[in-house]
Amino acid sequence: MALTLTQVACEYAAGTSLASVALSDVSLTLEVGQLVVVLGSTGAGKTTLLRAAAGLLALSRGTVDVDGRPASGARARRGAVGLVFQRPEAQFFSLTVEEDCAFGPRNLGRRPADALDDARGALAAVGLDPDVFGPREPWSLSGGEARRAALAGVLAMRPRYLLLDEPTAGLDAAGRDAVCAAVERARADAGVLVVTHDADVFLGGADRVLVLRDGRTAFSGDVPALLDALPALAEAGDVDPPEIPRALMLARRRGFAPGGALTLDVEAAADTLVAARRAAAGGAR
Amino acid sequence: MKRITGIGQYVPADSPVHRLDAAAKIGVVAAFTVSLFMLDGSQLSGFVGLALLAAAVVTATAISRVPVRAVVRGLKAVAVIMALTIVANALRWQPADALARLGPLAVDGAGLRTGVFFAMRIMLLVTGTSLLTLTTSPVQLAGGIERVLAPLKLVRVPVGDLAMTLTIALRFIPTTAEEAERIMTAQQARGASFDAGGPIARARAYAPVLVPLFFQLFRRADALATAMEARCYRGSEGRTRLVDSRMRPVDWVTMLVASTLLIATGWLL
Repeated sequence: MALTLTQVACEYAAGTSLASVALSDVSLTLEVGQLVVVLGSTGAGKTTLLRAAAGLLALSRGTVDVDGRPASGARARRGAVGLVFQRPEAQFFSLTVEEDCAFGPRNLGRRPADALDDARGALAAVGLDPDVFGPREPWSLSGGEARRAALAGVLAMRPRYLLLDEPTAGLDAAGRDAVCAAVERARADAGVLVVTHDADVFLGGADRVLVLRDGRTAFSGDVPALLDALPALAEAGDVDPPEIPRALMLARRRGFAPGGALTLDVEAAADTLVAARRAAAGGAR
Repeated sequence: MKRITGIGQYVPADSPVHRLDAAAKIGVVAAFTVSLFMLDGSQLSGFVGLALLAAAVVTATAISRVPVRAVVRGLKAVAVIMALTIVANALRWQPADALARLGPLAVDGAGLRTGVFFAMRIMLLVTGTSLLTLTTSPVQLAGGIERVLAPLKLVRVPVGDLAMTLTIALRFIPTTAEEAERIMTAQQARGASFDAGGPIARARAYAPVLVPLFFQLFRRADALATAMEARCYRGSEGRTRLVDSRMRPVDWVTMLVASTLLIATGWLL
Protein backbone atom coordinates (compact mmCIF):
# COMPACT_ATOMS: atom_id res chain seq x y z
CA MET A 1 0.00 0.00 0.00
CA ALA A 2 1.59 3.21 -1.13
CA LEU A 3 1.00 6.60 -2.61
CA THR A 4 3.28 6.77 -5.62
CA LEU A 5 4.22 9.75 -7.76
CA THR A 6 6.00 8.78 -10.97
CA GLN A 7 7.93 11.39 -12.94
CA VAL A 8 5.38 14.03 -12.17
CA ALA A 9 5.58 17.36 -13.98
CA CYS A 10 3.40 20.37 -13.40
CA GLU A 11 3.15 23.65 -15.20
CA TYR A 12 1.14 26.67 -14.08
CA ALA A 13 -0.69 28.75 -16.69
CA ALA A 14 0.57 26.43 -19.46
CA GLY A 15 0.46 27.89 -22.94
CA THR A 16 0.34 31.51 -21.81
CA SER A 17 3.06 34.10 -21.40
CA LEU A 18 2.82 33.55 -17.64
CA ALA A 19 3.63 29.84 -17.92
CA SER A 20 5.97 28.60 -15.22
CA VAL A 21 7.20 25.10 -14.56
CA ALA A 22 6.61 24.32 -10.89
CA LEU A 23 7.60 20.68 -10.94
CA SER A 24 9.45 18.48 -13.39
CA ASP A 25 10.25 14.78 -13.22
CA VAL A 26 9.70 14.28 -9.51
CA SER A 27 9.13 10.74 -8.25
CA LEU A 28 8.20 9.73 -4.73
CA THR A 29 6.83 6.73 -2.83
CA LEU A 30 4.99 7.08 0.46
CA GLU A 31 4.14 3.87 2.30
CA VAL A 32 1.72 3.54 5.18
CA GLY A 33 3.65 4.01 8.44
CA GLN A 34 6.42 6.03 6.78
CA LEU A 35 7.38 9.64 7.33
CA VAL A 36 8.72 11.37 4.23
CA VAL A 37 10.06 14.89 4.62
CA VAL A 38 10.20 17.33 1.71
CA LEU A 39 12.68 20.20 2.02
CA GLY A 40 13.66 23.02 -0.28
CA SER A 41 13.79 26.79 -0.40
CA THR A 42 10.69 28.91 -0.95
CA GLY A 43 9.37 28.49 -4.48
CA ALA A 44 11.13 25.14 -5.01
CA GLY A 45 7.80 23.42 -5.73
CA LYS A 46 7.05 21.85 -2.34
CA THR A 47 3.44 22.94 -2.09
CA THR A 48 2.84 22.07 -5.74
CA LEU A 49 4.12 18.57 -5.01
CA LEU A 50 1.59 18.21 -2.18
CA ARG A 51 -1.25 19.48 -4.32
CA ALA A 52 -0.28 17.12 -7.11
CA ALA A 53 -0.17 14.19 -4.67
CA ALA A 54 -3.63 15.14 -3.40
CA GLY A 55 -5.03 15.25 -6.94
CA LEU A 56 -5.79 18.96 -6.83
CA LEU A 57 -3.65 19.81 -9.86
CA ALA A 58 -3.74 18.78 -13.47
CA LEU A 59 -0.39 17.13 -14.21
CA SER A 60 1.40 17.96 -17.44
CA ARG A 61 3.22 14.62 -17.26
CA GLY A 62 3.55 11.62 -14.96
CA THR A 63 1.12 9.69 -12.81
CA VAL A 64 -0.05 9.54 -9.21
CA ASP A 65 -1.17 6.12 -7.98
CA VAL A 66 -3.00 5.43 -4.73
CA ASP A 67 -2.54 1.83 -3.59
CA GLY A 68 -1.60 0.79 -7.10
CA ARG A 69 -4.63 2.37 -8.75
CA PRO A 70 -4.26 5.49 -10.84
CA ALA A 71 -6.38 8.12 -9.15
CA SER A 72 -7.16 11.29 -11.01
CA GLY A 73 -9.12 14.10 -9.47
CA ALA A 74 -9.67 14.92 -5.82
CA ARG A 75 -12.88 12.92 -5.66
CA ALA A 76 -11.19 9.60 -6.49
CA ARG A 77 -8.85 10.14 -3.56
CA ARG A 78 -11.53 11.16 -1.09
CA GLY A 79 -10.87 9.56 2.23
CA ALA A 80 -7.64 7.89 1.20
CA VAL A 81 -5.51 11.03 1.04
CA GLY A 82 -5.83 13.75 3.66
CA LEU A 83 -4.32 17.14 2.94
CA VAL A 84 -3.62 19.83 5.53
CA PHE A 85 -2.83 23.21 4.05
CA GLN A 86 -0.66 25.94 5.51
CA ARG A 87 -2.40 27.60 8.45
CA PRO A 88 -5.38 25.23 8.36
CA GLU A 89 -6.89 26.91 11.41
CA ALA A 90 -8.07 29.61 8.98
CA GLN A 91 -10.63 27.14 7.64
CA PHE A 92 -12.70 26.73 10.81
CA PHE A 93 -16.36 27.56 10.29
CA SER A 94 -18.36 25.60 12.86
CA LEU A 95 -19.35 26.85 16.30
CA THR A 96 -17.56 24.07 18.15
CA VAL A 97 -14.28 22.30 17.60
CA GLU A 98 -15.83 18.82 17.49
CA GLU A 99 -18.44 19.89 14.92
CA ASP A 100 -15.68 21.29 12.75
CA CYS A 101 -13.70 18.07 13.02
CA ALA A 102 -16.81 16.07 12.11
CA PHE A 103 -17.22 18.01 8.84
CA GLY A 104 -14.84 15.73 6.90
CA PRO A 105 -16.25 12.38 8.11
CA ARG A 106 -19.79 13.60 7.42
CA ASN A 107 -18.78 14.55 3.89
CA LEU A 108 -17.58 10.98 3.50
CA GLY A 109 -21.11 9.85 4.33
CA ARG A 110 -20.58 8.66 7.91
CA ARG A 111 -23.56 8.86 10.25
CA PRO A 112 -23.59 11.98 12.46
CA ALA A 113 -22.99 10.00 15.66
CA ASP A 114 -20.11 8.05 14.07
CA ALA A 115 -18.68 11.23 12.60
CA LEU A 116 -18.67 12.81 16.04
CA ASP A 117 -16.91 9.73 17.45
CA ASP A 118 -14.30 10.02 14.69
CA ALA A 119 -13.88 13.70 15.50
CA ARG A 120 -13.42 13.08 19.21
CA GLY A 121 -11.01 10.24 18.54
CA ALA A 122 -8.96 12.48 16.25
CA LEU A 123 -8.88 15.24 18.87
CA ALA A 124 -7.53 12.78 21.40
CA ALA A 125 -4.95 11.62 18.84
CA VAL A 126 -3.55 15.13 18.51
CA GLY A 127 -3.38 15.47 22.28
CA LEU A 128 -6.47 17.63 22.80
CA ASP A 129 -8.87 16.21 25.40
CA PRO A 130 -12.21 15.92 23.52
CA ASP A 131 -14.21 16.68 26.67
CA VAL A 132 -12.35 19.93 27.22
CA PHE A 133 -11.70 21.11 23.68
CA GLY A 134 -14.62 19.50 21.79
CA PRO A 135 -17.31 21.96 22.93
CA ARG A 136 -15.09 25.04 22.67
CA GLU A 137 -15.30 27.65 19.94
CA PRO A 138 -12.53 27.12 17.37
CA TRP A 139 -11.61 30.80 17.51
CA SER A 140 -10.91 30.64 21.24
CA LEU A 141 -7.99 28.21 20.81
CA SER A 142 -4.34 29.20 21.07
CA GLY A 143 -2.11 28.97 17.98
CA GLY A 144 -0.77 25.50 18.74
CA GLU A 145 -4.16 24.17 19.85
CA ALA A 146 -5.87 25.54 16.74
CA ARG A 147 -3.24 23.95 14.49
CA ARG A 148 -3.72 20.58 16.19
CA ALA A 149 -7.53 20.88 16.05
CA ALA A 150 -7.31 21.58 12.31
CA LEU A 151 -5.03 18.57 11.93
CA ALA A 152 -7.63 16.53 13.83
CA GLY A 153 -10.25 17.69 11.30
CA VAL A 154 -8.33 15.81 8.60
CA LEU A 155 -7.28 12.86 10.79
CA ALA A 156 -10.98 12.33 11.60
CA MET A 157 -11.42 11.19 8.00
CA ARG A 158 -8.90 8.43 8.78
CA PRO A 159 -6.78 8.96 5.66
CA ARG A 160 -4.21 6.31 4.77
CA TYR A 161 -1.93 9.07 3.51
CA LEU A 162 -1.56 12.35 5.32
CA LEU A 163 -0.04 15.31 3.49
CA LEU A 164 1.02 18.27 5.63
CA ASP A 165 2.11 21.66 4.31
CA GLU A 166 4.39 23.41 6.81
CA PRO A 167 2.55 22.09 9.85
CA THR A 168 4.79 23.95 12.33
CA ALA A 169 5.05 27.34 10.60
CA GLY A 170 4.40 30.22 12.96
CA LEU A 171 4.15 28.10 16.11
CA ASP A 172 6.13 28.46 19.32
CA ALA A 173 8.36 25.67 20.63
CA ALA A 174 5.55 24.05 22.67
CA GLY A 175 3.18 24.15 19.69
CA ARG A 176 5.86 22.65 17.44
CA ASP A 177 6.49 19.79 19.86
CA ALA A 178 2.76 19.09 20.18
CA VAL A 179 2.25 19.02 16.39
CA CYS A 180 5.32 16.84 16.01
CA ALA A 181 3.96 14.37 18.59
CA ALA A 182 0.60 14.33 16.79
CA VAL A 183 2.33 13.56 13.48
CA GLU A 184 4.30 10.78 15.13
CA ARG A 185 1.05 9.25 16.44
CA ALA A 186 -0.71 9.62 13.06
CA ARG A 187 2.07 7.50 11.57
CA ALA A 188 0.64 4.44 13.31
CA ASP A 189 -2.11 4.13 10.67
CA ALA A 190 -0.99 6.44 7.88
CA GLY A 191 1.89 7.39 5.67
CA VAL A 192 2.84 11.00 6.38
CA LEU A 193 4.38 13.42 3.91
CA VAL A 194 5.58 16.65 5.50
CA VAL A 195 6.65 19.73 3.60
CA THR A 196 8.64 21.91 5.97
CA HIS A 197 11.35 24.46 6.61
CA ASP A 198 11.73 23.05 10.13
CA ALA A 199 14.28 20.34 9.31
CA ASP A 200 15.19 20.29 13.02
CA VAL A 201 11.72 19.11 14.03
CA PHE A 202 11.00 16.33 11.54
CA LEU A 203 14.31 14.91 10.28
CA GLY A 204 14.85 12.79 13.40
CA GLY A 205 12.01 10.41 12.58
CA ALA A 206 12.10 10.62 8.79
CA ASP A 207 12.33 7.45 6.68
CA ARG A 208 13.10 9.35 3.51
CA VAL A 209 13.96 12.89 2.56
CA LEU A 210 13.30 14.66 -0.72
CA VAL A 211 14.95 17.99 -1.44
CA LEU A 212 13.51 20.09 -4.26
CA ARG A 213 15.30 22.82 -6.18
CA ASP A 214 13.48 24.79 -8.89
CA GLY A 215 10.92 22.01 -9.23
CA ARG A 216 13.52 19.28 -9.66
CA THR A 217 14.83 16.65 -7.29
CA ALA A 218 18.07 17.94 -5.75
CA PHE A 219 18.30 15.03 -3.34
CA SER A 220 16.37 11.88 -2.55
CA GLY A 221 17.41 9.34 0.06
CA ASP A 222 17.43 8.44 3.75
CA VAL A 223 18.65 10.64 6.61
CA PRO A 224 22.29 9.35 6.76
CA ALA A 225 22.61 10.02 3.01
CA LEU A 226 21.09 13.47 3.52
CA LEU A 227 23.65 14.23 6.25
CA ASP A 228 26.42 13.29 3.81
CA ALA A 229 24.98 15.61 1.19
CA LEU A 230 24.08 18.33 3.71
CA PRO A 231 27.12 20.62 3.26
CA ALA A 232 26.49 20.85 -0.50
CA LEU A 233 22.71 21.31 -0.06
CA ALA A 234 23.24 23.99 2.58
CA GLU A 235 25.78 25.70 0.32
CA ALA A 236 23.18 25.81 -2.49
CA GLY A 237 20.61 27.27 -0.10
CA ASP A 238 18.21 24.32 -0.42
CA VAL A 239 18.25 23.26 3.21
CA ASP A 240 18.60 25.22 6.40
CA PRO A 241 20.78 22.73 8.30
CA PRO A 242 19.54 21.61 11.72
CA GLU A 243 21.48 23.02 14.68
CA ILE A 244 23.64 20.00 15.54
CA PRO A 245 24.95 19.19 12.06
CA ARG A 246 25.42 22.91 11.55
CA ALA A 247 27.65 23.11 14.61
CA LEU A 248 29.67 20.15 13.32
CA MET A 249 29.91 21.71 9.87
CA LEU A 250 31.22 24.95 11.39
CA ALA A 251 33.77 22.97 13.45
CA ARG A 252 34.89 21.23 10.26
CA ARG A 253 35.21 24.47 8.40
CA ARG A 254 37.46 25.72 11.19
CA GLY A 255 39.69 22.70 10.68
CA PHE A 256 38.37 20.66 13.57
CA ALA A 257 37.00 17.08 13.48
CA PRO A 258 37.17 16.74 9.70
CA GLY A 259 36.80 12.96 9.86
CA GLY A 260 33.62 12.74 11.93
CA ALA A 261 30.31 12.10 10.20
CA LEU A 262 27.48 14.61 10.58
CA THR A 263 24.70 13.53 12.92
CA LEU A 264 21.39 14.74 14.31
CA ASP A 265 22.09 13.19 17.71
CA VAL A 266 23.52 15.40 20.48
CA GLU A 267 25.43 12.54 22.16
CA ALA A 268 26.96 11.34 18.90
CA ALA A 269 27.97 14.91 18.06
CA ALA A 270 29.61 15.33 21.46
CA ASP A 271 31.42 12.00 20.96
CA THR A 272 32.68 13.14 17.55
CA LEU A 273 34.04 16.37 19.01
CA VAL A 274 35.60 14.63 22.02
CA ALA A 275 37.23 12.02 19.77
CA ALA A 276 38.61 14.77 17.53
CA ARG A 277 39.93 16.65 20.54
CA ARG A 278 41.62 13.49 21.87
CA ALA A 279 43.13 12.72 18.49
CA ALA A 280 44.47 16.28 18.28
CA ALA A 281 45.87 16.07 21.81
CA GLY A 282 47.42 12.65 21.06
CA GLY A 283 48.99 14.00 17.86
CA ALA A 284 50.47 16.92 19.76
CA ARG A 285 51.97 14.65 22.39
CA MET B 1 -11.49 25.35 -10.81
CA LYS B 2 -13.08 28.51 -12.10
CA ARG B 3 -10.94 31.59 -11.66
CA ILE B 4 -12.77 34.43 -10.04
CA THR B 5 -12.28 37.42 -12.30
CA GLY B 6 -14.06 40.72 -12.26
CA ILE B 7 -15.65 42.63 -15.08
CA GLY B 8 -13.34 45.24 -16.52
CA GLN B 9 -10.24 44.14 -14.63
CA TYR B 10 -7.25 46.36 -15.47
CA VAL B 11 -5.29 45.25 -18.55
CA PRO B 12 -1.83 46.84 -18.41
CA ALA B 13 -0.59 48.17 -21.75
CA ASP B 14 1.14 51.21 -23.16
CA SER B 15 -1.38 53.18 -25.17
CA PRO B 16 -2.57 56.78 -25.42
CA VAL B 17 -5.76 55.74 -23.59
CA HIS B 18 -3.76 54.20 -20.75
CA ARG B 19 -1.54 57.29 -20.50
CA LEU B 20 -4.50 59.68 -20.36
CA ASP B 21 -5.01 61.07 -16.87
CA ALA B 22 -7.58 59.14 -14.82
CA ALA B 23 -9.57 62.27 -13.98
CA ALA B 24 -9.77 63.12 -17.70
CA LYS B 25 -10.99 59.62 -18.46
CA ILE B 26 -13.63 59.88 -15.75
CA GLY B 27 -14.76 63.16 -17.34
CA VAL B 28 -15.02 61.58 -20.79
CA VAL B 29 -16.93 58.57 -19.45
CA ALA B 30 -19.30 60.89 -17.59
CA ALA B 31 -19.94 62.82 -20.81
CA PHE B 32 -20.42 59.53 -22.66
CA THR B 33 -23.02 58.39 -20.11
CA VAL B 34 -24.90 61.69 -20.17
CA SER B 35 -24.91 61.64 -23.97
CA LEU B 36 -26.21 58.07 -23.98
CA PHE B 37 -29.21 59.07 -21.87
CA MET B 38 -29.95 62.22 -23.91
CA LEU B 39 -30.68 60.14 -26.99
CA ASP B 40 -34.34 59.62 -27.83
CA GLY B 41 -35.27 56.06 -28.71
CA SER B 42 -38.53 56.99 -30.41
CA GLN B 43 -36.75 58.81 -33.24
CA LEU B 44 -34.52 57.43 -35.96
CA SER B 45 -31.93 60.02 -34.92
CA GLY B 46 -31.63 58.22 -31.57
CA PHE B 47 -30.34 55.15 -33.36
CA VAL B 48 -27.92 57.26 -35.40
CA GLY B 49 -26.65 58.64 -32.08
CA LEU B 50 -26.22 55.12 -30.72
CA ALA B 51 -24.24 54.16 -33.82
CA LEU B 52 -21.96 57.19 -33.37
CA LEU B 53 -21.38 56.40 -29.70
CA ALA B 54 -20.75 52.75 -30.60
CA ALA B 55 -18.19 53.95 -33.14
CA ALA B 56 -16.57 56.00 -30.35
CA VAL B 57 -16.33 52.91 -28.11
CA VAL B 58 -14.87 50.81 -30.95
CA THR B 59 -12.32 53.53 -31.76
CA ALA B 60 -11.30 53.93 -28.11
CA THR B 61 -10.96 50.16 -27.75
CA ALA B 62 -8.78 49.99 -30.86
CA ILE B 63 -6.52 52.80 -29.63
CA SER B 64 -6.28 51.31 -26.13
CA ARG B 65 -4.97 47.94 -27.42
CA VAL B 66 -7.19 46.20 -24.90
CA PRO B 67 -8.20 42.77 -26.24
CA VAL B 68 -11.77 42.87 -27.59
CA ARG B 69 -12.42 39.71 -25.58
CA ALA B 70 -11.90 41.62 -22.33
CA VAL B 71 -14.42 44.28 -23.37
CA VAL B 72 -17.01 41.75 -24.56
CA ARG B 73 -16.64 39.66 -21.40
CA GLY B 74 -18.43 42.40 -19.46
CA LEU B 75 -21.48 41.90 -21.68
CA LYS B 76 -21.99 38.35 -20.49
CA ALA B 77 -23.07 39.65 -17.11
CA VAL B 78 -25.77 41.89 -18.59
CA ALA B 79 -26.85 39.59 -21.44
CA VAL B 80 -29.87 38.39 -19.45
CA ILE B 81 -30.91 41.94 -18.61
CA MET B 82 -30.58 42.92 -22.28
CA ALA B 83 -32.68 39.96 -23.40
CA LEU B 84 -35.34 40.69 -20.78
CA THR B 85 -35.40 44.35 -21.82
CA ILE B 86 -36.09 43.45 -25.44
CA VAL B 87 -38.73 40.84 -24.60
CA ALA B 88 -40.51 42.96 -22.00
CA ASN B 89 -40.74 45.92 -24.36
CA ALA B 90 -41.61 43.98 -27.50
CA LEU B 91 -44.41 41.85 -26.06
CA ARG B 92 -47.80 43.51 -25.79
CA TRP B 93 -51.26 42.31 -24.80
CA GLN B 94 -53.41 42.35 -27.95
CA PRO B 95 -51.85 45.37 -29.67
CA ALA B 96 -53.36 47.03 -32.72
CA ASP B 97 -50.45 46.58 -35.09
CA ALA B 98 -48.66 43.30 -34.42
CA LEU B 99 -45.65 41.91 -36.26
CA ALA B 100 -46.19 38.39 -34.90
CA ARG B 101 -48.80 36.88 -32.62
CA LEU B 102 -48.51 34.22 -29.94
CA GLY B 103 -52.02 33.67 -28.61
CA PRO B 104 -53.14 36.91 -27.00
CA LEU B 105 -49.53 38.08 -26.78
CA ALA B 106 -47.97 39.77 -29.74
CA VAL B 107 -44.77 41.44 -30.80
CA ASP B 108 -45.34 45.08 -31.43
CA GLY B 109 -43.14 47.08 -33.84
CA ALA B 110 -42.78 50.19 -31.71
CA GLY B 111 -42.19 48.10 -28.58
CA LEU B 112 -39.53 46.03 -30.32
CA ARG B 113 -37.75 49.19 -31.41
CA THR B 114 -37.84 50.62 -27.87
CA GLY B 115 -36.58 47.31 -26.46
CA VAL B 116 -33.68 47.14 -28.90
CA PHE B 117 -32.83 50.77 -28.19
CA PHE B 118 -32.72 50.21 -24.43
CA ALA B 119 -30.71 47.00 -24.81
CA MET B 120 -28.20 48.77 -27.05
CA ARG B 121 -27.96 51.55 -24.51
CA ILE B 122 -27.16 49.06 -21.73
CA MET B 123 -24.58 47.39 -23.96
CA LEU B 124 -22.82 50.67 -24.73
CA LEU B 125 -23.02 51.76 -21.11
CA VAL B 126 -21.27 48.58 -19.94
CA THR B 127 -18.62 48.49 -22.66
CA GLY B 128 -17.93 52.24 -22.47
CA THR B 129 -17.56 52.37 -18.71
CA SER B 130 -15.62 49.10 -18.51
CA LEU B 131 -13.10 50.67 -20.89
CA LEU B 132 -12.31 53.11 -18.06
CA THR B 133 -11.41 50.35 -15.57
CA LEU B 134 -9.73 48.23 -18.25
CA THR B 135 -7.26 51.00 -19.05
CA THR B 136 -6.79 52.58 -15.59
CA SER B 137 -4.99 50.91 -12.71
CA PRO B 138 -7.01 50.88 -9.47
CA VAL B 139 -4.58 53.25 -7.79
CA GLN B 140 -4.76 55.76 -10.65
CA LEU B 141 -8.53 55.40 -10.66
CA ALA B 142 -8.81 56.15 -6.94
CA GLY B 143 -6.48 59.15 -7.39
CA GLY B 144 -8.61 60.35 -10.29
CA ILE B 145 -11.81 60.03 -8.28
CA GLU B 146 -10.22 61.96 -5.44
CA ARG B 147 -9.34 64.82 -7.77
CA VAL B 148 -12.76 64.80 -9.45
CA LEU B 149 -14.43 64.97 -6.04
CA ALA B 150 -11.94 67.50 -4.64
CA PRO B 151 -14.38 70.44 -4.76
CA LEU B 152 -16.58 68.59 -2.25
CA LYS B 153 -13.84 69.11 0.35
CA LEU B 154 -15.21 72.65 0.65
CA VAL B 155 -18.42 71.26 2.12
CA ARG B 156 -16.47 68.99 4.48
CA VAL B 157 -16.88 65.74 2.56
CA PRO B 158 -13.89 63.52 3.56
CA VAL B 159 -12.81 63.02 -0.06
CA GLY B 160 -9.33 61.78 0.84
CA ASP B 161 -10.68 59.12 3.18
CA LEU B 162 -13.22 58.01 0.60
CA ALA B 163 -10.47 57.68 -1.99
CA MET B 164 -8.28 55.73 0.45
CA THR B 165 -11.20 53.40 1.26
CA LEU B 166 -11.77 52.87 -2.44
CA THR B 167 -8.08 52.20 -3.12
CA ILE B 168 -7.93 49.63 -0.33
CA ALA B 169 -11.17 47.97 -1.41
CA LEU B 170 -9.93 47.67 -4.99
CA ARG B 171 -6.55 46.45 -3.79
CA PHE B 172 -8.11 43.62 -1.78
CA ILE B 173 -10.41 42.23 -4.48
CA PRO B 174 -7.77 39.89 -5.93
CA THR B 175 -6.50 38.98 -2.45
CA THR B 176 -10.01 38.08 -1.35
CA ALA B 177 -10.64 36.07 -4.51
CA GLU B 178 -7.41 34.17 -3.91
CA GLU B 179 -8.35 33.58 -0.30
CA ALA B 180 -11.81 32.29 -1.26
CA GLU B 181 -10.21 29.91 -3.72
CA ARG B 182 -7.76 28.66 -1.11
CA ILE B 183 -10.48 28.03 1.44
CA MET B 184 -12.58 26.24 -1.18
CA THR B 185 -9.66 23.95 -2.00
CA ALA B 186 -9.06 23.26 1.68
CA GLN B 187 -12.69 22.36 2.30
CA GLN B 188 -12.66 20.20 -0.82
CA ALA B 189 -9.69 18.39 0.69
CA ARG B 190 -12.01 17.68 3.62
CA GLY B 191 -14.52 16.14 1.23
CA ALA B 192 -16.77 19.15 0.62
CA SER B 193 -18.26 19.45 -2.86
CA PHE B 194 -19.56 22.65 -4.35
CA ASP B 195 -21.12 21.37 -7.55
CA ALA B 196 -23.47 18.62 -6.36
CA GLY B 197 -27.16 18.76 -5.50
CA GLY B 198 -29.83 21.34 -6.12
CA PRO B 199 -29.50 25.11 -5.75
CA ILE B 200 -30.27 25.03 -2.01
CA ALA B 201 -27.71 22.28 -1.34
CA ARG B 202 -25.17 24.24 -3.35
CA ALA B 203 -25.84 27.47 -1.49
CA ARG B 204 -25.47 25.61 1.81
CA ALA B 205 -22.19 24.11 0.65
CA TYR B 206 -20.74 27.62 0.59
CA ALA B 207 -21.17 28.21 4.34
CA PRO B 208 -17.81 26.49 5.07
CA VAL B 209 -16.23 28.98 2.65
CA LEU B 210 -18.02 32.18 3.59
CA VAL B 211 -17.66 31.92 7.37
CA PRO B 212 -13.84 31.61 7.38
CA LEU B 213 -13.58 34.09 4.51
CA PHE B 214 -15.46 36.81 6.41
CA PHE B 215 -13.64 35.97 9.60
CA GLN B 216 -10.32 36.44 7.84
CA LEU B 217 -11.50 39.64 6.14
CA PHE B 218 -12.47 41.26 9.42
CA ARG B 219 -9.24 40.12 10.99
CA ARG B 220 -7.25 41.49 8.05
CA ALA B 221 -9.15 44.79 8.13
CA ASP B 222 -8.33 45.11 11.81
CA ALA B 223 -4.64 44.33 11.25
CA LEU B 224 -4.47 46.75 8.32
CA ALA B 225 -6.07 49.55 10.34
CA THR B 226 -3.61 48.98 13.18
CA ALA B 227 -0.68 48.92 10.77
CA MET B 228 -1.83 52.15 9.12
CA GLU B 229 -2.26 53.83 12.48
CA ALA B 230 1.17 52.61 13.56
CA ARG B 231 2.52 54.45 10.53
CA CYS B 232 0.72 57.60 11.62
CA TYR B 233 -2.22 57.58 9.22
CA ARG B 234 -4.91 59.75 10.73
CA GLY B 235 -7.13 60.63 7.83
CA SER B 236 -6.14 62.51 4.71
CA GLU B 237 -5.43 65.80 6.49
CA GLY B 238 -1.92 67.00 5.77
CA ARG B 239 -0.93 63.97 3.70
CA THR B 240 1.31 64.53 0.72
CA ARG B 241 1.32 62.42 -2.40
CA LEU B 242 4.21 60.27 -3.60
CA VAL B 243 3.34 60.65 -7.26
CA ASP B 244 1.75 64.05 -7.73
CA SER B 245 -0.28 63.55 -10.87
CA ARG B 246 -1.74 66.62 -12.49
CA MET B 247 -3.75 67.08 -15.63
CA ARG B 248 -1.32 67.85 -18.46
CA PRO B 249 -2.44 70.13 -21.32
CA VAL B 250 -2.94 67.05 -23.50
CA ASP B 251 -5.29 65.59 -20.85
CA TRP B 252 -7.33 68.78 -20.72
CA VAL B 253 -7.57 69.04 -24.51
CA THR B 254 -8.49 65.37 -24.94
CA MET B 255 -11.10 65.55 -22.21
CA LEU B 256 -12.70 68.77 -23.44
CA VAL B 257 -12.75 67.79 -27.13
CA ALA B 258 -14.02 64.25 -26.51
CA SER B 259 -16.64 65.39 -23.98
CA THR B 260 -17.88 68.16 -26.26
CA LEU B 261 -18.23 65.77 -29.20
CA LEU B 262 -20.05 63.22 -27.05
CA ILE B 263 -22.45 65.73 -25.48
CA ALA B 264 -23.09 67.27 -28.90
CA THR B 265 -24.03 63.83 -30.21
CA GLY B 266 -26.57 63.43 -27.44
CA TRP B 267 -27.83 67.00 -27.76
CA LEU B 268 -28.26 67.18 -31.50
CA LEU B 269 -29.56 63.68 -32.22
